[in-house]
Amino acid sequence: MNARRALWLAGSFLVAAGFVWLWQWIADHRLISPVFLPGPDRAWAALVKGMTDGDLAEKLFATIRRMIYGWLLASLVGIALGAAIGTSKVLREYLAPMFEFLRPLPASSIIPVAIALLGLSEPMALVVIAFGSLWPVLLATIHGFSAVEPRLYEVGRALHLSRPAVILKIALPSASPDILAGMRLGLTVALILSVVCEMLAGRDGLGNWILLSARAFRAPDLYAGVILLGALGYVSSVAISAVEHRLLIWRDRAR
Amino acid sequence: MSRTAKALAIPAALLVAAEIAVRLSGTASLAVAPPSSVVVALLAALGDGTMLAATRDTLACAFGGLFLGGAIGLVLGLLFGLVRPLDRLMELTVEAIRPIPSVALIPIGMLSLGFGYGFEIAIVAFACVWTMLIMTRAAIAGIEPRLLEVSRALRLSTPQRIFKIVIPAALPRIIVAFRLAAGFALVVAVTVEIAANPQGMGYGILIAQQSLSPQLMLAYLLWIGLVGYGLNVLLSLAQKKLLGRAAMVEVRR
Repeated sequence: MNARRALWLAGSFLVAAGFVWLWQWIADHRLISPVFLPGPDRAWAALVKGMTDGDLAEKLFATIRRMIYGWLLASLVGIALGAAIGTSKVLREYLAPMFEFLRPLPASSIIPVAIALLGLSEPMALVVIAFGSLWPVLLATIHGFSAVEPRLYEVGRALHLSRPAVILKIALPSASPDILAGMRLGLTVALILSVVCEMLAGRDGLGNWILLSARAFRAPDLYAGVILLGALGYVSSVAISAVEHRLLIWRDRAR
Repeated sequence: MSRTAKALAIPAALLVAAEIAVRLSGTASLAVAPPSSVVVALLAALGDGTMLAATRDTLACAFGGLFLGGAIGLVLGLLFGLVRPLDRLMELTVEAIRPIPSVALIPIGMLSLGFGYGFEIAIVAFACVWTMLIMTRAAIAGIEPRLLEVSRALRLSTPQRIFKIVIPAALPRIIVAFRLAAGFALVVAVTVEIAANPQGMGYGILIAQQSLSPQLMLAYLLWIGLVGYGLNVLLSLAQKKLLGRAAMVEVRR
């Protein structure tokens, strides 16, 4: 079974290599102007050069830092608020309808408001990223906490647990699959908003780098930046899957 | 208190507090405006048609991209779901392209397509393809195997099997996927407008900020919120109407 899986993977690697070769072929024959589409060789050269001599690595880390800080902030606030709202029926009745209105609001539309309040600054970017990735975490946490098996709360009452103990020992573990799913979505949103904030506010990072490369018609640099952003998206999704798997191992064992 | 009263209590209190705070501070701020003047600005902008024109531009791009990307994603999802070897061979290619954040394509779009509808539609379409592809593929994988046995027992041809068994069985989940993609489409369209494309509601809110009129900026924010909420309500109504009880299908994440 494993050998077959490896064979399929090798096949899909060959197909992907075929697409890269097609890209190279199109670029070599200039079917699309090289101003818009440099070949993979030139994009790769620009990537290697940027990472070794240039400051591309620095820009990558700036984007990662911004994304992670905003996301962590959103996760902390989202879980704390979500726990308070999810465990209290009164708060839910007062606040849930307002959240339903705010949820479909595109997070990027608060960027102009944040710029007006905070200027083109680092806190502005952080606030926008945190605001955007707050919603998935907050709503998933509220859902997770309000969907806890009621008998577990009865157990808590029978054991005379205090409210914080109930939240920490019963509700939080039982809501953790929902919370992690919300945090995964929040991380995607955080990456997108980091890029948009860098483009708009000119903060140093990959978003700014690809925009400036496009304006200066440096297409290989632009594609190098896009490849890095794709890699960043991929690595962050793999990383959170690993964390999810590690943290939820008890659930799979219980089954 | 009734449910509606409870739902409105906190937003109303916040608005009154904002009104009083801004009025009392007395200074003409460049970043905030009292809610009353935001409403006046909203009505004025709706009245002179600029906001409606911007809404039309944004929705045209959002739906254009949704239909283009949704159709591509649907066809690929059906193909990958029905032809398993193809799905396995394309795995690495799909997984390499899918994580690219849609906004990262904005500079590429600017460079190769220039500003305008086509550019925005292309980026929205890219964002919508993956949701449709992944969820359609999952919908086909989740079809009750006995239905496929029925189609074999009836000796249906492949096209008959696809149109009479596979698509109807997968349809509820495909419609859920379409609804999710529609939500993304509006978000991506507004984001593209704020980041680069000089048209639509996103550009409107950016220009209102840059021309230092906070009441118009907040009016746009409120309007974008209303449009997003309205779209969401319409889509869930349509979903219930189209599917009836089948709308209750669980979405696997």
